[in-house]
Amino acid sequence: MFRYTKWTLLREVLVWIVALFMLLPLYLLINNSLKDSITSITDPLGLVVTPDFGNFVTVLESTYAGSLPLGMLNSFIITAVGVSILVVFGSMTAYVLARRTSKVSKVTFYLILVGIIVPAQLGIVPIYVFARSVGLLGSVWGLGIIYGMMLMPLSVFLYAGFVRSLPTDYEEAAFIDGSSRFNTFRKIVFPLLSPATGTVAILGGIIMWNDFFTPLIFLNNSVSPTIALVVYSYAANPVLIEWNLVFALLILAMIPITILYLIFQKRFIQGFSGGIKS
Amino acid sequence: MNSTETKARRKSSSDASLQGEPRRKSGLLPFRKKTVVFGSWIWAFPSLAAVAVIHYYATYVGGSYAFTDFNGISDANWVGLDNFIRIGTDPQTMGAIGNTFFIAVIYFIGVNIIGLGLALALNRGLKTRYFLRVLMFLPVVLSSLAVSYIFKFIFDFEGPLNKVLMALGQEPKLWLGDTDTAIWTIIIVAVWQNAGLGMVIYLAGLATVPPELEESAAIDGAGVFQRFWHITLPMIQPAVAITTTLSLLTGLRIFDQVVAMTGGGPFGATDTMSTVIYRITFEYSDFGYGTALATVFAIVLAFAAALQLFITKDRSGK
Repeated sequence: MFRYTKWTLLREVLVWIVALFMLLPLYLLINNSLKDSITSITDPLGLVVTPDFGNFVTVLESTYAGSLPLGMLNSFIITAVGVSILVVFGSMTAYVLARRTSKVSKVTFYLILVGIIVPAQLGIVPIYVFARSVGLLGSVWGLGIIYGMMLMPLSVFLYAGFVRSLPTDYEEAAFIDGSSRFNTFRKIVFPLLSPATGTVAILGGIIMWNDFFTPLIFLNNSVSPTIALVVYSYAANPVLIEWNLVFALLILAMIPITILYLIFQKRFIQGFSGGIKS
Repeated sequence: MNSTETKARRKSSSDASLQGEPRRKSGLLPFRKKTVVFGSWIWAFPSLAAVAVIHYYATYVGGSYAFTDFNGISDANWVGLDNFIRIGTDPQTMGAIGNTFFIAVIYFIGVNIIGLGLALALNRGLKTRYFLRVLMFLPVVLSSLAVSYIFKFIFDFEGPLNKVLMALGQEPKLWLGDTDTAIWTIIIVAVWQNAGLGMVIYLAGLATVPPELEESAAIDGAGVFQRFWHITLPMIQPAVAITTTLSLLTGLRIFDQVVAMTGGGPFGATDTMSTVIYRITFEYSDFGYGTALATVFAIVLAFAAALQLFITKDRSGK
């Protein structure tokens, strides 16, 4: 069996050096968010002497970044709407397509998978033109629905892989007991799919929460920005960049996802590496 | 009790009739052997309609803009292949295509080598491996836009990198403003952020390699590299296929990092297909030219994905 030798210790130390080097940008981020604007330029590497949490207050009172709480609310609504669509419709679609063995369902499944590869840049132009003509630009609910539709192939793919690994015994037993198909799905199948639901919610949620390209098109210069748009409008402001303030904003913007990640780190990592097992 | 049972049977009987089976009186049901029916096509309809509209129809309409001079407001006129010819004669766009491939290739190599290296280092043995995995994966869940601003600071002329160089007696450099170095700053931030993703997928693959196999090979005298090449690598084939394909597609799509750090400059040195398509379509409202570029981009992406999947296809015949 495996023994912990001095070579293992050496490997451990080496990996830690690499890890600390890789985490240097995060050190710079936190460290400089607590300095004043001059020290963050003159001495960016030195550990902060007197931490000044005032930067976080200043940044929330500023013109551009002041809408961060609103941006968080919008990002939350968009993500919640999108994830709900992905979970409800994705699971039902994948169930039908994976359980039925007809040729039609197989072909349909592959036609949906093509949607994963097709880049959004081409289809997004007509969607933009349409959204503009019906006045949906700037609507967070509209963007949530668009995300739900755009990411549907990914959701169906992840759910279908999981449905195939489930035996049909429970559904047969429920059928014999006279349960309707919808009740069987809602009360028996869907709870069994919860690992896949977790994966879909995590992957889809992170994509929507962090996305910059799509909100830039649909919500830019509107009264309802997402977090990414708030960060962009503040940090891209060329007039005066005060890095300590930018970093304070970045930290505030990163806090929700970081906390969720640290709580559910195992599920997050499984979610990202999960595609491999299906 | 009995009545609810009959009700449920009647319900399932009427459900079955939707599937084209002849309707029967519920009283006859117990004598007929029926098989379970899984769900209904009606359940799949909303998603199928969404995919058909958003992925197929919208892509088709977007592609058809490419043959017009549509600007989003006035009526579109058919211009044939003019937009596609313009791509070839537009140095800005051709430069962006070259940059995109350059970024994608280096990013691809970086994410796979560093990801696999980290996975091999953190696979077994180390006492702190779970903690290190969590740390190394953290950047993946952060916003790439936000992460890019940290690196914009690092590479800033007055930033920490130049401070370190000056302390070592080197000349400070204009990393983001130099046509030679700017593109590397984009690649570094993208690789830094996504190496952890490569790592976890390779770790999932390595978890499927039984340690006994490597041990017996080691007893038979196989060296570290032989074991890796002949045992580990073939067994993590699915992880290789996923990570290489994923990183190639991500590398070709780089957008946020460029917008945050360089805006495509200096002189288009960091423009990518995504940033050029965005600018032409949504800033210049040149929908015809923008969608022509997007069409080429879509073909490149589909071709890259197909090629990558073909190369990494499992040929062991399992």
